[in-house]
Amino acid sequence: MKISHKLGMIALVAVTATVLGACGSKKADDTKGKTDPKNSVALVTDGGGVDDKSFNQSGWEGLEKWGKKHDLVKGVGGYNYAQSNSDADFTPNINKLIQAKYAMIVGTGYKLHASVEKAAKANPKTRFLIIDEVIDGQKNVASVTFRDNEGAFLAGVAAAKTTKTNKVGFVGGMHSAVIDRFEAGFRQGVATVNPKISVDIQYVGDFSKPAIGQSLASAMFNNNVDVIYHAAGGSGAGVFSAAKNVIKNKKVWVIGVDQDQTAEGKYAGGNLTLTSTIKGVGTAIEKVADDAMDGKFPGGKTTVYGLKENGVQLIKGNMSDAAWTVVKDYKQQIIDGKITVAEKPADVNKYLKK
Amino acid sequence: MRIKNTWISGLAIPLTSIFLGLLLGAIIMLLSGFDPIANYVNMFSGALGTPNAIGEVLRSATPLMLTALGFAVANYAGFFNIGLAGQALVGWLASVAFANAFPHLPSILIIPGALIAAALAGAFWSGIAGYFRAYFGANEVITTIMLNYIALYATNAIIKAYMTVGDGDYSKMIPKAARLRTPFLEQLTQNSTFHYGIILSVVAVFFIAWLLKRTTLGFEIRAVGMNEDAALYAGMSPKRTIMASMLISGALCGLGGAMEGLGNFQNIIVNTALPSIGFDGMSVALLAAGSPIGILFAALLFGTLSIGGLNISIASTTPPEITSIVVASIIFFVGANYVIRYWFAKLHKPTKKQPGTPAKAEVTAQNPMENKEVRS
Repeated sequence: MKISHKLGMIALVAVTATVLGACGSKKADDTKGKTDPKNSVALVTDGGGVDDKSFNQSGWEGLEKWGKKHDLVKGVGGYNYAQSNSDADFTPNINKLIQAKYAMIVGTGYKLHASVEKAAKANPKTRFLIIDEVIDGQKNVASVTFRDNEGAFLAGVAAAKTTKTNKVGFVGGMHSAVIDRFEAGFRQGVATVNPKISVDIQYVGDFSKPAIGQSLASAMFNNNVDVIYHAAGGSGAGVFSAAKNVIKNKKVWVIGVDQDQTAEGKYAGGNLTLTSTIKGVGTAIEKVADDAMDGKFPGGKTTVYGLKENGVQLIKGNMSDAAWTVVKDYKQQIIDGKITVAEKPADVNKYLKK
Repeated sequence: MRIKNTWISGLAIPLTSIFLGLLLGAIIMLLSGFDPIANYVNMFSGALGTPNAIGEVLRSATPLMLTALGFAVANYAGFFNIGLAGQALVGWLASVAFANAFPHLPSILIIPGALIAAALAGAFWSGIAGYFRAYFGANEVITTIMLNYIALYATNAIIKAYMTVGDGDYSKMIPKAARLRTPFLEQLTQNSTFHYGIILSVVAVFFIAWLLKRTTLGFEIRAVGMNEDAALYAGMSPKRTIMASMLISGALCGLGGAMEGLGNFQNIIVNTALPSIGFDGMSVALLAAGSPIGILFAALLFGTLSIGGLNISIASTTPPEITSIVVASIIFFVGANYVIRYWFAKLHKPTKKQPGTPAKAEVTAQNPMENKEVRS
């Protein structure tokens, strides 16, 4: 007994010594690239990481691209992100980034509204960018919002042109102003093509519960729905799993959201991702960071990205050529202002052409 | 021997636990190719280096103390309250709703009013589970978990229906008079979210310590928790005691929620998940082995690690996932301090064995609170 304990202690001391010894010689990694403190940019996530296959990921990929384009270092003086493990982390994260002297701080998501607004007032010299939310009357804050309803409209058109059963589905993350736009656009798109197609609307109630997404989607597929559009963030992974389970028996499709989700739809016999609506969070961040570098930071302004600005779009994906032609046609009509897409599900009928 | 053991259990064991946790964290960082010393320096400077950081640490510990006390009180009565998060959420909603309903009241009325509303809401929510347990024997683990979901979606529905501003998914800010965060404190701590709520939390720590140790109710709570039948035989009413402990527990959690509502966020948003102060509060209580004073320190440790942890990835390129693993390993070792206590006892065993007085028993006898109160 005693010997084994002594051995244990010796081992512990040895490990400590190794670790401490090794620390001294280790140099900071990622020393590639230069620092440019005056144009450094950091992103604060709205919960979850930058690998959420959706919103935060798209934003971070845009920022990474921007950083690499300008040969900046990842870290202080270049570009970086701060992960918020809960809503209580927003303000500390922002303040720590300000103390680390980042010149611009990006808040991805409506939840950061209050924290960004407060920090912007207290730190007039730091630039802020908020995504999916508008902060008025603050000269150091730029706001970017997206007409998600326009992309969702095209997803609705694609679904309506693809369904064989005349039943399509929508799985939303949570009822909120942003997801409302997705639901409204999708319903209007479907109804514009064929008002007889029924749309089954379900909400997960959470952006990170794939299990619930899966059970909702399975129920829809059992009910003869053959195309589902999801706007459910991480919960959307469950929609893909459900589709992969039923694909052996019948042909079904899933429409992805925010990013090209073709990779999520791979299965042994092909790919079941019909298409994806793309939300250009990364493109928007890249653009604002570039503008700031050129001394044209759009402070106090709100930029709205829609189909026209290429801020939202629908990719061709696995759509049939016939469906793609119709989608392109409707896209042009929206860009030309011939079709107005509703922002709220309650307004859908108002905008439908009689 | 005796003095030495007291010293060991009082200071050396927690410090060794933290050291071992840091060591494991360092090994993990080293294996993943990151510099542990620089990261630990960033972590501690990020938690204690500036007035802002200290303010954030204290703010993050404030609600945790209350929810942890809530868990501990119920736990002493043998009740495993997993509904901390839901009770905190209804308390949060009640505090914001009260403050926004009476915007013209002066601070001296609106703050106590909002706190009482939060405590009542939390107590009501836990009371439901307490009632079913006391009178129908319904398992409180199930009922409190389910009540968490009901709380989450019900508060979201209420916020969306009655409290949001325009299109948004959040309520309007509470009136200035109700805010626990004042311009003075913001100036003092460089715009941190530090607020006066910490006074309430610290008072609650000492109040609960007094309640459990020095009052009849506290004695009854502990007696019922140890053996319900014996308590009944001794003339106590287990049903009444379970209800009382559960109401106190829920009220404390409700106050924890009010700290978020009146202090940290000053409004309420449509939540996508239950507030983290619930489960973190449970960890804090278990870490402190139910001791109220221990909860004070455990909450501060939690605050230090979570706020300092944020700084690791901001000041370096270490990804937040590594930070989370490091923080978890530190908490793991502190939580598993029984193992370290056991090692210490072995190491300090007298050279000549004295029958009847094994060192291990001696050490545990010094700490009747620790590692014994946690039961499900």
